[in-house]
Amino acid sequence: MSHVSPYTKVRGGRRAAVGNVGRPPVGWALPGILFFAVFAIVPLAIAVYLSFCHWDGLNSPTPVGVDNWTRLFKDPEFRQAAWLSLLLTTVSWAFQTPVALLLGVWAAGRQRSRTFLSAVFFIPLLLSTTAIAMLFHALLDPNFGVIKQIGPWFGIDPNLMGSSTGALLTVAFVGGWQFMPFHTLIYQGGARQIPEVLYQAAAIDGAGMLRQFFHITLPQLRNTITTSSVLMIVGSLTYFDTVLIMTKGGPGTDTTILPYLMYRTGFQTYDLGYAAAIATALVIVATGLSLILVRFSGFGSMRSTREGM
Amino acid sequence: MVMAGLLAGCGSGSDSGGGATLTAYVYGDDAVKIQEAAVKEFNKTSDVKVKLVSVPGTDYVNKLRSAMGSPSAPDIFYNWGGGSIKPYVDAKQVVDLTSTIKNDPTLKDGFLPSIVAAGSLDGKMYGIPMRGMQPVMLFYNKTLFAEHRLQPPKTWEDMQKAITTFKGKDITPFALGGSDKWPELMWMEYLLDRIGGPEVFRRIQGGDSSGWGDPAVLKSAQAVKELVDGGAFGKNFNSVDYGNGGAPTLLNKGKAAMHLMGSWEYSTQLGKAPEFAKKDLGWTAFPTVAGGVGDAADVVGNPTNYWSVNTRTKHKDEAIAFLKTMAATSYSKALVDNGDIPTTANAASMLDSSPNPQFAHDQYTMVQNAPSFTLSWDQALESQIATPLLTEISKLFAGKSTPAQFVAAMKAVK
Repeated sequence: MSHVSPYTKVRGGRRAAVGNVGRPPVGWALPGILFFAVFAIVPLAIAVYLSFCHWDGLNSPTPVGVDNWTRLFKDPEFRQAAWLSLLLTTVSWAFQTPVALLLGVWAAGRQRSRTFLSAVFFIPLLLSTTAIAMLFHALLDPNFGVIKQIGPWFGIDPNLMGSSTGALLTVAFVGGWQFMPFHTLIYQGGARQIPEVLYQAAAIDGAGMLRQFFHITLPQLRNTITTSSVLMIVGSLTYFDTVLIMTKGGPGTDTTILPYLMYRTGFQTYDLGYAAAIATALVIVATGLSLILVRFSGFGSMRSTREGM
Repeated sequence: MVMAGLLAGCGSGSDSGGGATLTAYVYGDDAVKIQEAAVKEFNKTSDVKVKLVSVPGTDYVNKLRSAMGSPSAPDIFYNWGGGSIKPYVDAKQVVDLTSTIKNDPTLKDGFLPSIVAAGSLDGKMYGIPMRGMQPVMLFYNKTLFAEHRLQPPKTWEDMQKAITTFKGKDITPFALGGSDKWPELMWMEYLLDRIGGPEVFRRIQGGDSSGWGDPAVLKSAQAVKELVDGGAFGKNFNSVDYGNGGAPTLLNKGKAAMHLMGSWEYSTQLGKAPEFAKKDLGWTAFPTVAGGVGDAADVVGNPTNYWSVNTRTKHKDEAIAFLKTMAATSYSKALVDNGDIPTTANAASMLDSSPNPQFAHDQYTMVQNAPSFTLSWDQALESQIATPLLTEISKLFAGKSTPAQFVAAMKAVK
C-alpha cells in the first residue's frame, strides 16, 4: 500500500494511518449497510428460504426440503434457460465491449463535435427499457415494420423474431443498444484518467496511434474493462423486460432465459417455491461469474494502473 | 339485514363515508363504465356501499392473487370461472353459490344455462355472469372471398380449398398472432372439439391428465402441424402479435383472408379500421373436420366473466344482493349499448339496439344453440397446467416439437 499521495502528507494536520488515507471509519457506511440489508439481504434470505418450500401464493408456504433443488437439476427447461442465459450474456458482452470501449476512448478526446455527439449517443440510456422494447418490436414487425423494407437489403429475413437465432440476437442487440452509452461513459471516464505524459512519452519514442492504443490505452483501461464487464454480465443475466415484451420467451422456448423462466414459474404458474429456487440459482451464477472475472483480471489485488508513477 | 347493519357499524372506521363497504375488483378495460353505473345504482338503495376497484387488465390476475392472500382481500371479485378460481376454491376463499342460484328465480332462470355451467367447477357454481359473451369465431374478409369466388368454409375440405386458393394469390390464408401464444391455443381448442367432441377436454379439465393421451388430442395436434406446414398461417406468424394489432391489421389490409379470434375482434376492427369492420368483415362458425365426432354447433371461448364472493366478507348478503343486479334488464341493456352480448336469457329482445344488431344476433344465437360451450383452456385449467400448455402449444406451432412430443409433454404436466 504505497499509494499515498504526497499531497495528502503535506496537508495532513490530522494524522491518518497509512493505507487509510481518505477512507472514513466504518460508521459512515452504516446507512448504506442498513439500506442494503433491508432491501437486498433480507429479500434474498426470504427467497432462499422459499426455495425450500412449496408456495402457491395463497396459502402459507410449506417446507418441502430440497425438492425444488433436485427438480431444478433434473429440469431440462432450466438447463436450456441457463444455457440461453449464458449465450445471451456472451453475445451481449462480445457485442457491447468493443463498441463501448472505442466510443468511450474517442469521447475522452478533445474533438470539436465530441460533446454534441456524446449527448446524442447518450439518448438510448434515457429511454425506459419498456419503451425501447416496444419501439423495436414495432420496427421489427415482419409485415408492417421497417424490417420488411430494409431487411432484404442486408439479407435479413423479416421474420427475425420468429426464428430461434434471430430472436436471441435481437434481444442481445436491443439490450446492447440501450446500455452501450452507459458503458461508453465508464470507458470515457477511464480513458480520461490516463495521464497524458504517457502518450507524450510514447510519441517521442515514435509510437503511432495504433501502438499507443494497444500499449497505453488498453492496459491502462484494465480495471475499467473489468468494472464494465461485471456490470454487463450481471445486467445481461437479469435481462427481462426486453424478452417479456419482444418475444415472450418464444418462439417455443428459444428465448426463455433464466429471469423469464423465473417470472413464468412464479407469476404465471404460481409455483413460487420453484421460482425462488431458480432466482437463487441465478444469484449464485451471477455472483460466481463476477467473482471469477474479478479474480482473473487481477482487480482483486486492487493494484492501481498508476502504480510506479 | 339488521344484523348486518349493526356489524357494519363497527369495524369500518377507516372508510371516509362512515358506512360499511364491499370492495369489488374488476378487470380494468373499457367495459368498466357499465359496472361503475351498476355500482352507483346499487349504492343508492343499499346501506352497505360497493366500492369498485378497477385493476388494469395486464395486472389483474397477479393483483388479485396477491390481494386474496392478504388481509385486504376484495369481498367480490371478477374472474373467468373454471380453473381461474380453482386455487381460491381449494383455499376455501370462494362462496359456493349453488343453492343461492337454485333457490332464486331471478338467478336461476336469468342466464343462459350453458353459460352458468361453463363457469362452474365440479358441479358447483361460484360465479354470477356479469359481462358479455366472447365466443371464438372465424372472421373473414368478405371482399377477398368474393374476389376469389369462395364461400366461408363450412367443412375441412372447404377450408383446404380456401387455403390453396389464397396461398396461390400470395394472400396469407389465416392471420395468426403466434407471438402471443393464446391465439394458437384457439386452434387447438376448436380442432379437439370438432375431432373428439367436448368430452375429451372435459376429462382433462376434471383433473385427468391422461386425457391428453386421447387419440383425438394427437389428431388435433397433427392437424395443427398439417396447417402450419401447409402454409395456412404464412411464414412469419411466430413474430406477429395480437396485442399490438399485428394480426388484426393483416386481416383489415387484405393481407390475410381469415382470422380465428374471440368475438372482441369485431370491436378491435371497429377501432382500427371502422370502414373495414362495417363493410368487409364477415364471421362464421369453425368448420367441421372430416371424421370428427364433435357437433359443428359447439362453441369455444370465454362464455362470460363472473363475479364471485370471498368467504371472508363481512357482508355476504349484501354482496349477493349486488350480484343479483347483474340479472336486471337495465344492466343487460347497458351491456348491449356498449356492443356486448349479455348472457341473460332475455337478451335476444334487446339486441336490436346493439351497434351491430346482425353481429349481436348471430353471436347470441350461436351461443344459445350451442350444445356445449368450452371455456378457453388457459382459463379452464389451473395455472400449473395452463402455463406449460401455452408453452407447448407455441413449440408445436413453431415446429420445435412434434404432435407426439406435444402429447407426451402435456401428459407429463402435473
